[in-house]
Amino acid sequence: MKILVVDDFSTMRRIIKNLLRDLGFTNTQEADDGNTALPMLQSGDFDFLVTDWNMPGMTGIELLKHVREDERLKTLPVLMVTAEAKRDQIVAAAQAGVNGYVIKPFTAAVLKEKIEKIFERVDG
Amino acid sequence: MAEAEIKSSNNEFAKLFSEKASELMGRLENNDLAGAVGLIQDLQKVRDENLYQEIGHLTRALHESIKNFKLNSNVSGAGSDIDEAHEGLSYVVEMTAKAANKTMDKVDESMPLSEAISNEASEINQEWNRFLNKEMSAGEFRDLTKRISVFLDNTNSNTQKLNSNLSEILLAQDFQDLTGQVIQRITSMITDVESRLVNLVAMAGHVDQMTGIQHKEPDNTETDIEDDPNKGVGPQLNAEDNEDVASNQDDVDDLLSSLGF
Repeated sequence: MKILVVDDFSTMRRIIKNLLRDLGFTNTQEADDGNTALPMLQSGDFDFLVTDWNMPGMTGIELLKHVREDERLKTLPVLMVTAEAKRDQIVAAAQAGVNGYVIKPFTAAVLKEKIEKIFERVDG
Repeated sequence: MAEAEIKSSNNEFAKLFSEKASELMGRLENNDLAGAVGLIQDLQKVRDENLYQEIGHLTRALHESIKNFKLNSNVSGAGSDIDEAHEGLSYVVEMTAKAANKTMDKVDESMPLSEAISNEASEINQEWNRFLNKEMSAGEFRDLTKRISVFLDNTNSNTQKLNSNLSEILLAQDFQDLTGQVIQRITSMITDVESRLVNLVAMAGHVDQMTGIQHKEPDNTETDIEDDPNKGVGPQLNAEDNEDVASNQDDVDDLLSSLGF
């Protein structure tokens, strides 16, 4: 399971990577915004994308839209982990095809639950 | 700049204006055209004098504000309030990042230590139970006592290291105090800048009134860009008071499940 973690704050990337490692996902890579992430996704064989929303350059929602438009990436499971909590935004993310939405600050348990739910649905 | 001073001069100006206006009406009714023209000239003069005075006030206030903002171009930008706010906020970002990384470093260091203690303890426990159940040979028991002695030594040093890591994690939280102070300073500075700007706007308003200048409403193209739905806005500060905002993960889950997730 190869996971790409996208967040502009290195500490948040580190927190997410640590939590993922505790959940048994050790193969993770990082990107600091959508512009860096998209080429990595297109050239690498990632199985899962965890992205923030609010980032300089390309935002998480734009990255999600690009992923869904890409023939090879469109089925990639995407979990959004973000401080963006407006209802409009959550609805927009759902419409853009997000697989899960976690708002910051979050707990390890919530992250675990959402990731497990995504893979249940993807596998099932 | 005393606000009361401006207000009273403005009131006097308005009072004089209305007095002279009724006098003007009276003279016109009595066909005293020369007197009426004289009055208009008087009014013009009063208005000009007041205007110069207001512009004088405004100039002085602007000058003072510039001095207070420390936006003096001679200093080439260094040391202004805005620069200080910039520096302060960069400091906050830096301090919080440092504290987060320090804490995570110590956690990364500590986890293998506590895992080692836990693993070794559970293995020794199994052996110990074999001994209690008399399933152990004398040779095995000798090995076990050696193992226990090594374990106790290791546990001693590991827990000492854990303790020192925990105190360092505790100490790393000092960023809250330090960044809090900087943020409070910036907050009070912004309040200060705001009140000075409001004063300037009020004064400029008097000049506008006397000259009859009307300003167009600023166009909203810039706020439209701000409203780009792709751009995030960051954490919501008063999520609980705002119905448009999900205040916790449960709200998000409810909303998503209502959308068929």
